[in-house]
Amino acid sequence: MTKFKRVLGTAAALALLAGAAQAVELRFECAQDGNECDTMNAIFQKFTAQHPDITVKMDLVPYKAILENLPVDLAGGAGPDLAKVTDLGGLHKYYLDLSPYVNKADWEKTFGKTLDWYRAGPDDHGIYGIQTQLTITGGFINKTLFDQAKVAIPGPGATWEDWAKASVAVAKATGTKYPMAMDRTGHRFAGMAMPYGATYFDDKGNPELGDPGFVAAAKQFVAWNQDGTMDKNVWAAQGGATYADASKEFINGDLVFYYSGSWQVQKFASQIGDGFDWEVIPAPCGPAGAGHCSGMPGGSGVVGFKSTKHPKEVAQLLDFLAQQDNYATLEAKSLNIPAHAGVAAAGVKYEGASPAAAKALNAFAAQVPTLSPVAYAYQGYKNNRAMFNITVTRLTQAIVGELSLDEALARMKDDLAQALAAAK
Amino acid sequence: MLKLITPVMQVVEWPMRALQRVLGPRRLAWAFLAPNLVLFSLFAFLPVILNFVYSATGSDHILLRDRSYVGAQNFAQLLNCQSYTDPNSCRIDVFWRAVWNTVSFVVLQVTFMVVFSLLTALILNRKIRARGFFRAVFFFPVLLSPVVVALVWKWMLQDQGLLNATLQNLGFGTVNWLLSPGWAFGWSVFISVWAHMGFYTLILLAGLQAIPRDVYEAAAMDAAGPWRVFRRITLPLLMPTMVVVLVLALIKGVQTFDEVYAFTGGGPGSATMLVIQYIYQTGFAGTPRLFGLASAASILVALVLVGLTAVQLWLTRRNANG
Repeated sequence: MTKFKRVLGTAAALALLAGAAQAVELRFECAQDGNECDTMNAIFQKFTAQHPDITVKMDLVPYKAILENLPVDLAGGAGPDLAKVTDLGGLHKYYLDLSPYVNKADWEKTFGKTLDWYRAGPDDHGIYGIQTQLTITGGFINKTLFDQAKVAIPGPGATWEDWAKASVAVAKATGTKYPMAMDRTGHRFAGMAMPYGATYFDDKGNPELGDPGFVAAAKQFVAWNQDGTMDKNVWAAQGGATYADASKEFINGDLVFYYSGSWQVQKFASQIGDGFDWEVIPAPCGPAGAGHCSGMPGGSGVVGFKSTKHPKEVAQLLDFLAQQDNYATLEAKSLNIPAHAGVAAAGVKYEGASPAAAKALNAFAAQVPTLSPVAYAYQGYKNNRAMFNITVTRLTQAIVGELSLDEALARMKDDLAQALAAAK
Repeated sequence: MLKLITPVMQVVEWPMRALQRVLGPRRLAWAFLAPNLVLFSLFAFLPVILNFVYSATGSDHILLRDRSYVGAQNFAQLLNCQSYTDPNSCRIDVFWRAVWNTVSFVVLQVTFMVVFSLLTALILNRKIRARGFFRAVFFFPVLLSPVVVALVWKWMLQDQGLLNATLQNLGFGTVNWLLSPGWAFGWSVFISVWAHMGFYTLILLAGLQAIPRDVYEAAAMDAAGPWRVFRRITLPLLMPTMVVVLVLALIKGVQTFDEVYAFTGGGPGSATMLVIQYIYQTGFAGTPRLFGLASAASILVALVLVGLTAVQLWLTRRNANG
């Protein structure tokens, strides 16, 4: 009997060890944006329920860790299995190609152009990530101030100059402190530069910061900051490429027109409440004409890393997240604009969103089909973050008078050449 | 205590004697120093060596095996100027703006720091009411985190901050302190002096209290006036402490980063960008991360700091030798 017990015990232990050897734990690094990580985690638990041998351990980290620490961890071979990232093209060299494990045609059909943002270039046809949060830059207006000032809200097709004139008139009539403001980032500035005709790439596809459209927008932007049309505090009161926004001013009712993006909707809905009426406006146009009225897409996505020891399981997990019902749940709960064609076509019933927030999100979603090809190309370019930073640093120097605009533009060209040489 | 130590020593004695027999008494010292030397090499020497190696490499890769050797190219880029006094004529203009900002910052900050610390120490050395309380008040900012200091002042000085609200209530016009390069720089110096003055005041106070009382009594008997006493007795006898304060303040001034970075972010434009911020942004916060250029810049700063330390040693020895 004792001998039998010993054999049974050994068999049980071996079975346990074998089970443990097969169990896979995937490490997922995520920076919480609203409730997005929590919602994803709930979907991953559902995945584990269907695949008991695969568990997901979520590491909640600050956004700064994703931007600054994750690249260093990945370079040192100590990265997680998967993560939510925003520097989509910049981290390409670490991405796991999911193509061998997923239905490539399905993914192409479902996520379309956003897949390019994770790729190395036009010749790369791999599948690297799933766009979980599609954002679009765009304008918000304080409608109450327009009503009080009895200034007509510019209609569809209105240009940046139309909005500037109207905002200045509203600010003057209502005693509002700032007519306009724009987040301090080159990504947002691109939303103004494209309607002015900025192409960001030359005929050969090389990146540039100095095409005629870009120069015209830069000239106008510097002038608006200097004459008080734009809230100068946002761009000029900072140094380097530090991010700054004017959401506080907009929420406090001190700002007529605010150029930011769809990720502000939740915050505005909860913090403005009944304070005043606000709206999302159609993408402003510019001298380049109707085809160039476009914001900049962006956002974040979940990618797997090639350093993972479990590529198949990572792909399985991402494929599960990409399923229409799971993806729709994620977008509905985290109040994001879907990049999934099927979910976008079916429409998202946002859970817990106020009528103003739902209206704003739908207004942004309606702008997705009209995004300019330049916007997609710029967002998908792997060194775009360097271009954003250079734009911010040098334009600010022109605004505060450290450099003339011509000097700033010349410096941008040099900085870009240096950045591209280093990034080779 | 001895009861506790004796058994331990008995246990340790045998291996120690054996080790001494093998190494000899002179080499045994190295065996004791070895653990500390290993740690020191790992965390002090190795980073310094790596810094030199990185400064001679290019690209945005972090691992040395992926980086290309570029020789002195990073130093050449940093030092490529038509005129060092005109940052606009330099290849890396932001570095030279940061260098000149740092020079102005150090000169102003150290001057004000030493003057105000001395004045405060002189006042706190007198028999005034609530002297202990005031000593604590002046030392209190030293205990605060630099980021907290910066944020508190930022809230007071921003466009719609406390200072402007007060000025407005008193009927004065408001000033956008953080948008004006001159004001932003001036406030950065002021905040730095405010935050660190207590530390130097404490050192000078200790120096003042070390001056023998009988020298002052002799001066009083000779009817020497306060200014004469200060010039002829206090200042000369305080000079060794003043040298320490001066050099410490200089080195700390060159290394300033956190509070100014949290206060202005280096802005407006690059008006308050100091050289350590330039190194941080180039190496860690920018895209792409130019580790080579940042390493080269940090070596140039290190050379300046080595120079300042040499001056400190020379002055200290000169004072010690009378």
